[in-house]
Amino acid sequence: MRVPVLEPVIELGRGLWTTLRMMFEKPVTVQYPEQKRPVKPRFRGRHVLKRYENGLEKCIGCALCAAACPADAIFVESAENTDEERYSPGDRYASTYEINMLRCIYCGFCEDACPTEAIVLGDNYELSFTDRREAIYPKEMLLEPVPAGGAPTPQKTEPGRFTRSVPEMKDPTD
Amino acid sequence: MTLANVLEWLAKGLVWVLILLGGFAYLTYYERRALARIQVRIGPNRAGPLGLLQPIADAIKLIFKEEFMPARADKLLFTLAPIITLFPALVITAVVPFAPEGANFELFGRTITWYIADLNVGVLYIMSIASIGVYGIVLAGWSSNNKYATLGGLRSTAQMISYELALGLSFILVILLANSTRLIDIVEAQKDMWFAVLQPVGMLIFLIATLAEVNRAPFDMPEAEQELAAGYHSEYGGMKFALLFMAEYDKMIAICTIVASLFFGGYREPWFLQNTILSVDKTPWLGPLYVFIKVFILLFGMIWVRATLPRIRYDRLMAFGWKVLLPLSLALIFLTAAGILLSEQVTPAWQWSIPLTSLVAGLLALNGVYQSLRRKEYARARA
Repeated sequence: MRVPVLEPVIELGRGLWTTLRMMFEKPVTVQYPEQKRPVKPRFRGRHVLKRYENGLEKCIGCALCAAACPADAIFVESAENTDEERYSPGDRYASTYEINMLRCIYCGFCEDACPTEAIVLGDNYELSFTDRREAIYPKEMLLEPVPAGGAPTPQKTEPGRFTRSVPEMKDPTD
Repeated sequence: MTLANVLEWLAKGLVWVLILLGGFAYLTYYERRALARIQVRIGPNRAGPLGLLQPIADAIKLIFKEEFMPARADKLLFTLAPIITLFPALVITAVVPFAPEGANFELFGRTITWYIADLNVGVLYIMSIASIGVYGIVLAGWSSNNKYATLGGLRSTAQMISYELALGLSFILVILLANSTRLIDIVEAQKDMWFAVLQPVGMLIFLIATLAEVNRAPFDMPEAEQELAAGYHSEYGGMKFALLFMAEYDKMIAICTIVASLFFGGYREPWFLQNTILSVDKTPWLGPLYVFIKVFILLFGMIWVRATLPRIRYDRLMAFGWKVLLPLSLALIFLTAAGILLSEQVTPAWQWSIPLTSLVAGLLALNGVYQSLRRKEYARARA
């Protein structure tokens, strides 16, 4: 039954009831440092330099990532691999690899440009520095740890085994 | 007036001011938590257990902030304005009683009562102090030498003057019902029935008018962020801002204490607890507790309204004050007086005509507003 005289009272009451009801809902707040929400699969966070299963670095020091970088955040210097001191398959490896995290815009172009899928934007978003110089991440900080069963670089390898610098690859799935 | 008298007032005043200052700090915490819950958030919970140290952290931050003053501000008034704003907020509750006579106690051979001053014109005192509050805000706005601040201050004056009328008239409702302007008499007159029950619409008018008086949402025109930056306190920072903020929240506490005393029986127990152990006649020290509970609930009401209603447009705010609240409260005075006359001349049962007629008048007024708004909507849709 609609009583026209009561209508404004009902309208006001409905508004107040809506907000009051919300008080008894579970808060959506995530208590961040203690409780972390997993990021989305295609999230672009801090870069990681990948390794092969045997521990060799994927990066061949071609600097295509530095060329693709719109913010000019990446600096690569390459050097020759030898069978006595091998860092990566093929001829060359990155002797210096630095990313300036203050310049990086996390666009992911480096990831796209990389011919060996060596650089990947990971899921770490907790970047903070107290000094501008700390924002430049050297290769040691970017490289992922040696996988189980692999050996750290430089490795001593048998001649003629790692001649191909760009591996066979499939199309990306995600 | 003896020295001992003055000392007693000073001591009581100091205690009450300290309670108000602590109350201000924790009212901000209460408001932030309650608002957060209404918005399905948690609110401050980091500083200390349950975030209870948050107000202290805020205070420390504000104390150590730079005291900034605009170059072409009026230096003296700019400094004085926050103090002038805070002062009425602190002294307004001096006449409110917190416990009945039975809770009085002896100290140094003097009987200590549970109120700071016993004025026989208590209600008039409250009204006069309430209207002083606007000076500080206007001066703060004007002395900042900032057009937004000035506009905020001006809005505040216009708003206060408009709503003061309705506020004063609803004070008269209480005076009529209690037959006294002394707050202790008013509270004792609500022994059997709260005035909020006898005069519900009068209570609502009072609450709405006080919301406008303390510049709370939905009447927070003087500090409408979207229009005026921060309004009258745009140029304030540090402790000066804290004082303005403190004044606003202390006014909320003060107003809620006054509403509790005028309409919700003050320190008296709810009428259905009469003659039980929970009555203040049996256990007088429950008085302050009852006041606290009532103030707490009324404050929640203010927060709840803030979380629900959007700010109303300035011309509508004015129209509502002058065209709705003022005539309505005048009508209520007439109806209340008639009800009291009938109950005295014919039979006491006629006092129930007061809440009935009050509700009918309130409904009609609300409906008038509703219809006029709808008519405007209709006209806009056709144009």
